[in-house]
Amino acid sequence: MKRKRDLIWNLFKYNMYRQAKTGILLIDINSDKCDLCGCCVGICPEDAIELKESVIFIIDERCTNCSKCIWSCPIEAIKFNKNGVPA
Amino acid sequence: MREEYDIVVVGAGPAGSMAARFAAEQGVSVLMLEKDRDVGYPVRCGEAISKAGVEEFIPVDEKWISAKINKFALVSPDGSKADIEFGDAGYVLERRIFDYELAKTATGKGTVILTRAYVNGLLFNEGRVSGVKYEFLGEQKEVKAKVVIAADGVESRVGRWAGIQTYTDFRDMECCMQVTASNINIDPGTLYFYFGENVAPNGYLWVFPKSGGCANIGLGVSGMTGKKKSAMSYLNDFIGKNYPDAPVLTCIAGGVPSTPTLKKITAPGIMIAGDAARQVNPLSGGGIASGMIGGSIAGRVAAEAVKLNRPDHIFSYDVEWNKRLGKRHETFNRIKNGIYNFSDEKFNNIAASFLKIPEDKRTLRSLFTVALINNPSLLIDIAKVFI
Repeated sequence: MKRKRDLIWNLFKYNMYRQAKTGILLIDINSDKCDLCGCCVGICPEDAIELKESVIFIIDERCTNCSKCIWSCPIEAIKFNKNGVPA
Repeated sequence: MREEYDIVVVGAGPAGSMAARFAAEQGVSVLMLEKDRDVGYPVRCGEAISKAGVEEFIPVDEKWISAKINKFALVSPDGSKADIEFGDAGYVLERRIFDYELAKTATGKGTVILTRAYVNGLLFNEGRVSGVKYEFLGEQKEVKAKVVIAADGVESRVGRWAGIQTYTDFRDMECCMQVTASNINIDPGTLYFYFGENVAPNGYLWVFPKSGGCANIGLGVSGMTGKKKSAMSYLNDFIGKNYPDAPVLTCIAGGVPSTPTLKKITAPGIMIAGDAARQVNPLSGGGIASGMIGGSIAGRVAAEAVKLNRPDHIFSYDVEWNKRLGKRHETFNRIKNGIYNFSDEKFNNIAASFLKIPEDKRTLRSLFTVALINNPSLLIDIAKVFI
């Protein structure tokens, strides 16, 4: 059951959500606002966020724009940017 | 710095320090890598710990005790306050100093610490983890190890590189926000917990006293709640209402994974400990004591494996952890799931019935009993949890 659900979800996120729909990164971390707490890194299912001592950024080729990091951010430092984030 | 150590510990928090100390104690060489420039800073913690949890590992020292706790106060959504006396229950720590002291107990046994060393990959040898890659002052370096212990906190990625799924579902991640404010007029020996849909849905808000009239005011809400309103705005609402003029000294964010421990915390050549392994009490969100316990078991088992030259010995860490705390955390997690979605009305009912008990008979056990007797529907909730 769970495997089936995961399979469907994977198909959805790769084929529809990111690649076919937009193909561009839509998650925008405001590094001035960010407290580097690591909440988003801990919930990111794709291991797509890199957090160093004072640097945080999204690894573009892994991110699926799933938005979980936006919901989990305690200080609203991550936003959904419809126009895409410049690399 | 050598090119090879018996054990490399990633992260110098309580779990990492304990792992390093209990390993080094047995005479193996240990290197501890810390990403920040400072051990113990920034603090991302409410800083309360039970007395037993701290005394198991380090003799109590006044310099890292900020307050001594003998009472809990649970505040229900309608404002009624239930006090529970505990005797000498615990402490509110000064984590900046506490983490330093813990790290010093590890270096005292011969651990080498390297700060500003950001681990960004693992070395593999025939499918086993055989060391770590790290960035140090802009240079990419490598160090070999017989066992790697990953104690890199809630933002752990080291385990994932070894093929262990360590991420937490966003519904189970408590997204926390905390300020340390001064001029807070509360009882210096009481931990205050606030519940309610308007205060901290699917979580709780805490006010923990610290020395000099300061207090840690913080809250945790589920990532599910964060979809609508962030932890920061809930905290701002509370402070604006209750302590509008209190000067804020520090303001930090953080995440608490409130799940039971990961199913798998060891893989060939690597062990995970502390927040990274989700060794957190899922009901209270407390992770200092359980992280130290997890770290100490990991360190001891790793050193034994190195000394016996039996790499597979590290797999007994899973069993020992489950025996010590893992099973208990699963029970706590079931209780958490039961009260996760309590309405304000239910909290108010429980508080009202609890306040009818004479003051000297109020204990945590009587709180649960009263909650059950006066709210039979609770029994169904709890039954649902256990079936």
